[in-house]
Formats: sequence, structure tokens, C-alpha cells
Amino acid sequence: MRERKNIFSNVDLTLIILYLVMVFLGWVNIYAAVYNEEYNSIIDISQSYGKQMIWIASSLFLGLVILLTDARFFSTFAYVIYGFTIFLLVVVLAIGAEISGSKSWFGVGGFGIQPAEFAKFATGLALARFFNAQHINIKDIRTRVTPLVIMGIPALLILLQNDTGSALVYGSFILVLYRMGLSGNFLLAGALVVVVALSTLMVGTIYVMILLIVMAAVLFFFMKRNRRNIINLIALLLLGIGFTYSVEYGVSNFLGEHQKTRINVLLGKELDLKGAGYNVNQSKIAIGSGGFLGKGFLNGTQTKYNFVPEQSTDFIFCTVGEEWGFIGSLVVISLFLAMLVRIIMLAERQRSEFSRVYGYGVASVLFFHFMINIGMTIGLVPVIGIPLPFFSYGGSSLWAFTILLFIFIKQDANRNALL
Amino acid sequence: MANRTLASRKQTVIAIFLVIGLIYLVRLFYIQVIDKSYALSANNNVLRYVTQYPARGLIYDRNGKLLVYNEAVYDLMVTPLQVKEIDTVEFCRLLEITYEGFLERMKKAVKYSRYKPSLFEKQISKETYGYIEEKMYRFPGFFVQPRTLRYYPKPIGAHLFGYVGEVTQGLIDKNPYYKSGDYIGISGIEKSYENMLRGIKGMKIKMVDVHNREVGSFQDGRFDSAAIMGQDLYLSIDADLQEYGELLMRGKMGSVVAIEPSTGEILAFLSSPAYDPNLLVGRVRSKNYKLLSEDPIKPLINRAMAGTYPPGSTFKMVNDLIGLQEGLLTLSVRYSCQGKTSSPIRCTHTHQSPLNVEVAIQQSCNPFHWQVFRSIISNGKHGGIRNNYVSWRNQVMSLGFGHKLGTDLQFELSGNIPSAEKYDAIYGKGHWNAMTIRSLSIGQGEILVTPLQLANYAAAMANRGSYIVPHVVKYTGEKGNKAAEFKRIVSSIDPVHFEVAVEGMRQVATLGTARWYQIDSVTMCGKTGTAENPHGEDHSLFMAFAPAENPKIAIAVIIENAGFGSTWALPVASLMIEKYITGKIKRPDVEEHMLNTKLY
Repeated sequence: MRERKNIFSNVDLTLIILYLVMVFLGWVNIYAAVYNEEYNSIIDISQSYGKQMIWIASSLFLGLVILLTDARFFSTFAYVIYGFTIFLLVVVLAIGAEISGSKSWFGVGGFGIQPAEFAKFATGLALARFFNAQHINIKDIRTRVTPLVIMGIPALLILLQNDTGSALVYGSFILVLYRMGLSGNFLLAGALVVVVALSTLMVGTIYVMILLIVMAAVLFFFMKRNRRNIINLIALLLLGIGFTYSVEYGVSNFLGEHQKTRINVLLGKELDLKGAGYNVNQSKIAIGSGGFLGKGFLNGTQTKYNFVPEQSTDFIFCTVGEEWGFIGSLVVISLFLAMLVRIIMLAERQRSEFSRVYGYGVASVLFFHFMINIGMTIGLVPVIGIPLPFFSYGGSSLWAFTILLFIFIKQDANRNALL
Repeated sequence: MANRTLASRKQTVIAIFLVIGLIYLVRLFYIQVIDKSYALSANNNVLRYVTQYPARGLIYDRNGKLLVYNEAVYDLMVTPLQVKEIDTVEFCRLLEITYEGFLERMKKAVKYSRYKPSLFEKQISKETYGYIEEKMYRFPGFFVQPRTLRYYPKPIGAHLFGYVGEVTQGLIDKNPYYKSGDYIGISGIEKSYENMLRGIKGMKIKMVDVHNREVGSFQDGRFDSAAIMGQDLYLSIDADLQEYGELLMRGKMGSVVAIEPSTGEILAFLSSPAYDPNLLVGRVRSKNYKLLSEDPIKPLINRAMAGTYPPGSTFKMVNDLIGLQEGLLTLSVRYSCQGKTSSPIRCTHTHQSPLNVEVAIQQSCNPFHWQVFRSIISNGKHGGIRNNYVSWRNQVMSLGFGHKLGTDLQFELSGNIPSAEKYDAIYGKGHWNAMTIRSLSIGQGEILVTPLQLANYAAAMANRGSYIVPHVVKYTGEKGNKAAEFKRIVSSIDPVHFEVAVEGMRQVATLGTARWYQIDSVTMCGKTGTAENPHGEDHSLFMAFAPAENPKIAIAVIIENAGFGSTWALPVASLMIEKYITGKIKRPDVEEHMLNTKLY
């Protein structure tokens, strides 16, 4: 065993500082978002900012515990932890409490715990463990399918809880697969799927189909016309048309009414400022009214007076944008990019495959949250209710993100240990 | 596959992060810095501009008695979107409206806006407000906005004060100060002194939350402005005299105007039939206005300025004065009078003959004044009959007749002193002479004057030929702050000639047509008039000033279709002079007779 002081001496200070700054800014902005003159102490635990302080303190404690834990604990017990969270996800489906339409909470006293939040780091651990094994070959069908299963099980269970947003997070692990050798075409294909799906919804199935046929015809004209290519082209075309059709069909038959409207609003097909479009519109107003320098701390009106819904959780970025302006937005986005890049760089310097894969998993999850959450507040992605890591109010999410990050910090601190 | 190749994929991953971050920053820069519409929307969301209505200035009489003040009322406002399942039965009961009325008001409010507050029920009284205030919390979406309404402790001076009403769209378009729902003076003092009385509206910028609940002032009220109350007005009116006059004129149609000759200050200004000014205030205003405007006795007409009458015999001194000024009449000139057989105008009085100007005034002799008028028109030195007439007319007008006096009240009529052109048009140029227009010699014919002009004429008599433009407001704001300068107008007639006319008027009150209503301690100088008119029985007129030696009050009384000037207008004027000069009435029989007489 190493000496205790060495445990801390190897810890990456940049990540720790970035983490502390973000958590602190989050706390301050929660205070501003739900500021209540009658309870103006930021540590008043009857208010959400006071509660957040408790969450922060307990998170720091959790982080410390993780740093003091043997790094090998996480790789050794990765599957056990994964299995346990899957178990919790099943249990919550059976006996969980339903809060705002999602059956994803364990109620303990006045507090609620969301297992879905913790399943993220567990899935990251499981994936890391899987890729850490010897003789992994991404070309091998088993190597390709197993990670998808590891990602798919929790995603499916969370989907069953009716928490689509959190389920989508598991799709972000595709970045991990990409790093581990998955062809870049999959990322491209993924992007293409999104583009085709969006354009189908925006301009209508029939036009996208015509466009696909025209593109196929052009390709046919220019390509080397051998039997294999022609079969591939026809297959691709049929696949494309089928997908286009299924998007339309899927949206009209499987999505709930509110999800449909949300998508329509985002696509600009519907202007429903009092209904589904309300959140986004008010959120944009709040951020947009911040100007370059912002209105100043506690001077935000749109968030404080509840024009923006869920201003301390999913829409916390509105407070940043309104009170701190473009400068504040720039700082927060820079903090996230700095953390993401730092994690990738640290991941690359790992000698252990487990740590590297886990690092990519951490970056993927954080990036997905960052992209979706801020994207929705500025009207670039549909409203998907997932929190902004370290900023949004909430114990489960803060704990989960802290654990997610600190396990990686611990792995990184331990990178020089013998494999 | 080489790990080194795969390691290079970190660049792709980092690139994805940075590209998304960059896209977001560009987007943020656009909505936060470039596009200003969001800031505007934010203000629309959160800021409510609440007009602070100032109370109108108070109005006092010349002795500091409060005549017009304000009472708080409350406009009930509604924001339809916030109205949630309220107990409409209870609500309607509190407001004393029907359910249909409730629905109708809501429909109107919704039509205006679902999100913005609009008027639900205006001017709820303090009492009703006190009653429903504590129950307001049960009716979300409703709130009250305080306003003030005029209140008149004494039901007098309706025509003088005029009234206040909501501004019309036409006015809002013309004057940007006014916004829909504002009040404005529509007539009387309220109109002519609107700019001083109205004060300055304030603005409070309040912040509201998403439920439209007030959450405080915007930037600690940095941009708020308090309403500044309108300036108070101190009138020249004597409230007691005004009230007494209105009492005396009850049941009589006509008007009384009293002026302090030395200052032109109007002491009493009334038109009868009058109405309680409290009727034209607040919620009942439109209902009462309709009733009053449909009343056949036309109480809304301000007869003191907008009523024109032939002056009759009260006009006789004008001809005498012009005759004296032109040198065509002297104290030694006597004309004979054949009484009822006189031609072309007969005399209705019995008196000596021949007689001079003083006695002619005292006895109101028609033939004498016809001779004076004839001599002015026929023997004048202005080059012909027409020119003599033009000169006569100019001199008449210099005494305040035939044009607006320019008082500080609105809707003044000019009366009529016919122009030469008018007679040219009627009779043909060169085809009319003194004979043709002889009625003018005794204040009949085309001549029309307003009671205000008649009182002003009495003041000019008291001043021996000059008058100060009559006005009702002495000071604005603090005492001593003059509202406006009112000019002294000097007539074209030499003051010495007035001594003759005034002596005649003194004799009227002591020996002549007005001798029955002398006042013990006060000498009046006056002149009765009984004016024929095409609308029925003669109008009863009297004009006077008193005391003769040191005039304190000049007065004109006109009572429509009442008969002789000495029977009706004279006693009213006499009582008012007695009241004003001595402060009490020593002739209770006369007073009682006047108070109890109903002439319509």
C-alpha cells in the first residue's frame, strides 16, 4: 500500500478546482434563482439553496471517501455495482414513487433518491471493465454487442420509468465505443439518422423520400455499377425510406402528445407560447435579456419571479445567462469545455484500459448533459428534462455526478500503480 | 489495430466538444448581445406600469371656505387569465350586480386582453370597498386601483365648477398627456383651469411574477415618479352669497351675476334652474347627465354666460352716456313725453314732462331715450347716419357688450350689438335710419346681452367707465399666487358723464322704479328692465351696484318670462346686495316671498 499523502499528491488538481468552482457557482445561482427575501440566508435549509449546501457538503464527503478507497475496488466490483443499480432500477419500477410523471424515485423521509442517476457511473464502470478484458476485438460481433447490452439494459429500464431524457444519456456511451475502435461511420451514420429524422419531421416524409431517391439516382449515375454496389445502394435506399416512414409513424404513434408538441415547437412548426413552447420561450427571454454583462447578482427578474419553469433544476442556466450575461455564459461553457478536455487528456495518459474507458465514459455522460441541457435553454435542442451537471439543484444528480467524476480522479491518481 | 491510431481519435472527440461549445457561444452571443427583442420581452413579462393618479386641486371660495374636494373611490380591475373558479354568486352579491352583468363585464375584459388588467367596475365607493376588501383574496384576478372623485359639500355652483369626466378618444389623439381612462375637466372652472387642477400623473413601475402578483418595485423605484397633486384654486366667489342667490332663484328661470367692481372678481355666478353638482360625479354621472340633458327646463345650460336676453330698459343709460359723450345731450336738455300716446315709442310710466336725463332714467321714460338715440344717429358728427351708427356701436361695445369679455370661464357667448352691415343686409344700404332701428333706443330689437355682460356693465357704471375683465379665480396654489392678470378696459366715454347716469340710477332706487325695495343702510344705484321677447312673457331684469358712495358689489339679475323688472329681478338683487353688504336680511317678508315663489 502507498502512503496516505501520496494518494492526494497524485490527484489532478485542475479537475478538483474545476469541480469546486462549478459546484460553488451552481449553488450561488440556485440561490439567485429561487431567492426569497424572507429567507435570505444562503444556508437556510428550509430553502432549496440551503438544501443544496447540504448536498454539496455531502458530495464533498463522498468524493473524499472515494479518494480514500482503493482504486482497484471499482474495477474489481464494477459488475457488482452495475448489477446492484440494475436491481435498484427494477425495484423502483415496482415500488418507486411517481414524481411529475416519472416513476423513478425512492422516497426516504423528505428526500428522494433517483437510482437512474447512479446507473450512469455504474454503466461507465461496467463498460470499462468489459473493455479492460484481454483479447478485445471491436471487429468481433460479441465485442460489439456486449457494450450495447450493457448500455441498453439501464436505458430500457429508465425508459420504462417514463424518463426518456435520462434514458437518452446512455446513448452518449457511443463516444466510448468510438474511441475503442468502432468505425467513425457509426458516428456519421448516427448524425445522418438525426438529420434525416429531423428533416422528415420538418418538411414531411414524402419530400425526404423523394430526396433520398434523387440522391440514390445521382449516386447510381456516378458510381461504379457492379452488382455488389447496386445491391448495396438499393438496400440503403430501402433502409432510408423505411426509416423515414418509421420516424413519421413512430412520432405519431409512440410519442406522447406533449413530446410531439415539444418537437413541433422546436422545429418551428408550431408556436405555442403558452403551452409547450412556453418553457423555451421564457428561457430564451431570460437568457437573452441578460445582455453582455448581465443584470447582476439577484437582479434577474425572469427566473426569480418564476417566468422560467424549474429555474433551479433543469433551467438553472437561465439564471446564469440572465444575471451574468454573455460573460457568465462564456465562463460556464468554458468551464465545461475545460473539464471535458481535461478528462479526455487524462484518460489518454492512463496505462490501464479500465481507467481510460471509464474516463471516456465520464466525459461522454457530462458532455451529453451539457449539450442537451444548455441546448434546450437556448432553443437548439428539444426540451429534454436532464440536469446541468454540478449546477442544477438536486441531491441525487449532484451525488451521482460527484461519484462519476471522483472515481475517475481516483483512477487517474492511481495511474502509476502497477497493473 | 494499433492503439496509437485509436489514441488519435481523442482529437475527434475533443473537436466535437469544442464545436458544440462554439455553436452554443455563437448562439448565446446572438440572443444575449445582438438580438434586443429578448430584453424587451423580459420587461413586458415583469414590468407593470401603474399610473399614479394625482388628486385634483381643491377649490375654495374668497373666504377660504372649501367648495370642492376629492373623495377616494376604487376602480375594480380584473385580469381575466388569473380569474379562477370564484364564487360568482357571492361576488355578484358583494358588488350588487347580476350574474349576466358579471358575464358581460368579463366578456368585455377578455376582449380587451386576457393578460392585461382592465376595468371591471369603476368607482366603487369607500364603503363598498371596505366591505369587499377583506374578501378580495377569495377572488384571484381582481384588484382595486384607487382614484379620486369630486365631492361638493354644498350643492351649489354647478355651472360655475362645471364637471369632470373621462377623456374622449379624440382628445387622447390630440393631447398625449391623456390616456384612456383619465379624467378631464369638461366645463366650467374644471375645464378652464384643467392644467392647474389636474396635477401631474406619476408612474410606478412594479415588478410582477409569473402569476401577476406584485413582487416589488423596479430597481427600488429609481424610475418611479410620484403623482403631484393639482394646484388648489381660491375663487373670488363668496360661497354664502352664491348659496343665498341659488336659494332665491329656486323655482325661477334665469341668472344672477355679481361682481366686485374694483377688481372684476365675480362674487356670485349662478344659473337657474341649477342642479346638485354631486349628481355629475362618478358612476351616476352618465345616468344623471342623460336625465338633466333631457329635462325640458334645461338645467345644464349656463344661462349666466350662454343665455342671451334683450337688455330692455337697463340699456337706456348706454344711450344717455353716448349722447353726453357726443355732446348731443346735456343735463339741461329736456324732451317731452306724451305718455301712452307718445310716438313712435309710447311710455308706460306716469311722470312729469318735459324731463331731463336724470329723471328720464329714474322714470325709465321711453320717448326721452328715443329722442336721445335719434339725435345720436341722425345728428351725429361722424358723417352720415350709417357712420353715426357705427360710432354708436363702437361706444356700446366699449362698455363690454357685443363681444366676449374674455373671462376665465368657458363657453361664453358674445351677445349681439348688430353691425351696420347687418342692417344693410336687412334693409338695404342707405335704406335704414334711426326710425328703422328705434327699438335699440330702449334695449329691444336685435340687441342681446348675457347676464355676465349686464353685471359687468353695472360694474363699469360703479367704476365710472372702466371695468376689469370679470373672473372667478383669485389665486392658484398658495394664496397670493395670482392665476392670471385681468386687464382693465376703459370705455370710450368720459368718466364725468357717468356721474349723470349714476345719479339717474341712484334716483331709480330712491324715487323711481326701484324705490319699493330700498335697503335701509345701503344706497343702491340700479335700473330695472322689463324686456319684451318673442318667447312669451317679458323678462324681468335688474342691474345695480351698491353702496353708491363706495361700490362693493355690482349685480345683474334676469328672471325669464316673469314680468316687470321691479317685481322679480329687483327684490332678488336687493336681497343679495343686503346680504352681501350687511351680512343679514332685515326684510324677512320680502325674503320669504322670494324664497317661496315658484315661477315655472
